[in-house]
Amino acid sequence: MITTLTAEKLTVQRGSRRLVEGLSFTVKAGQALALEGANGAGKTSLLRLIAGFLPAAAGAVTLLQDGREISEPEERGRFVGWLGHHDALKASFTVSEQLTFFGKLNGRSGDGTTLLEQAHLLEQIGLTRQAELPCRYLSAGQRRRLALARLLLTGRPLWLLDEPFAALDTAGKALVARLIALHCGQGGIVLAATHEPLGLGNEVLRL
Amino acid sequence: MTPYFMPFWALLTRDLRLSVREGGGAALALGFFALVATLVPLGVGSDLMLLAKVGGGVLWVAAVLAALLSLDRLFQADYEDGSLDLITLSPLSLEGAAAAKITAHWLSTGLPLTLLSPVLSVLFGLSGPATLALALSLAIGTPAVSAVGAIGASLTLSLRRGGLILPLIVLPLLVPAVIFGAGMVVAVQTGLANGALGLLAAFSLAATLLSPFVAAMAVRLNLAG
Repeated sequence: MITTLTAEKLTVQRGSRRLVEGLSFTVKAGQALALEGANGAGKTSLLRLIAGFLPAAAGAVTLLQDGREISEPEERGRFVGWLGHHDALKASFTVSEQLTFFGKLNGRSGDGTTLLEQAHLLEQIGLTRQAELPCRYLSAGQRRRLALARLLLTGRPLWLLDEPFAALDTAGKALVARLIALHCGQGGIVLAATHEPLGLGNEVLRL
Repeated sequence: MTPYFMPFWALLTRDLRLSVREGGGAALALGFFALVATLVPLGVGSDLMLLAKVGGGVLWVAAVLAALLSLDRLFQADYEDGSLDLITLSPLSLEGAAAAKITAHWLSTGLPLTLLSPVLSVLFGLSGPATLALALSLAIGTPAVSAVGAIGASLTLSLRRGGLILPLIVLPLLVPAVIFGAGMVVAVQTGLANGALGLLAAFSLAATLLSPFVAAMAVRLNLAG
């Protein structure tokens, strides 16, 4: 699994406003890139563009996977692990139900969402005791942790994280840093819009 | 299960569970349908001949309105909480996701409405064969209501008060379903064949086959907006 993400002369546009113009960068497997910039600089829009939700006003995003170039947005999305602004949790679903649904949605029924793997995941993320709790009773930080668990479940190589540290306590922030390091160690790529250091001596891109 | 069917099944069952747990499902639609069907005979009076004549049409209109009640949240809830982003990135195509959502909506509204209709047709003094024709027409036609409704729901998903515009978009498109659906009841009552069954089936088939593609396109446009 060798992945390289390349952006070439990228222009990000929302409506008639140009947020980013002529941006080029390359992230190789095992690297993390932090996107920094003032509020409204276009960090979220850039992430949404790379995920394939937003079309690029100009330029191109290419993903090199096993020697194959992938530039079609919808196909690129199949490699993306997404942690957005919103936690995408249903209030009446329990923590365990959320994970089961997400695993099945991504075609992993047999080995992906077995109780054993879920238990392991929840322990890693610190939600073991909340497994049977409906999400409406979770705190903002716990919801964020569950969203992180979902990221681990699919095993996608390209992580796009929008403010991954938001709402998390000190231990939670350390957990995110550890997970990012782990993901990079396994040859993944991480792009994170953040105001805080990722804690990896990673590269920083200023918008 | 094939790799593509499992994500489809996962989304379908999730939507069904949500409709039961978070409201907006069968109970709401059935309650509304029953109330409207009860109010009309009370307002019109006890002229059984008249009631039997309008019964098919009134019950069809009531069923369409009842099914519309829960449609505005079909995509909007997932759009607002970020779930739609994750569904878009999943192996399930947006067309498949729309089809799963339409099926779930029909199972939680159209199907229960169809099953309740024989009970309510008593209030209009519909004969046995006419009652059967009504139930059959709803069984054939309500999938089109969910399918056409999904197009409206996908177009209005990013509008805060989208639920108010939704009926204005969807109801005109459902005119054929109401005409042919009620026409099937009239055909049985008058004994004159009018081809309503075939036309309703054709409309329903076309709507359910096309709608996932249109809805997926509208969702993509909204996510890019």
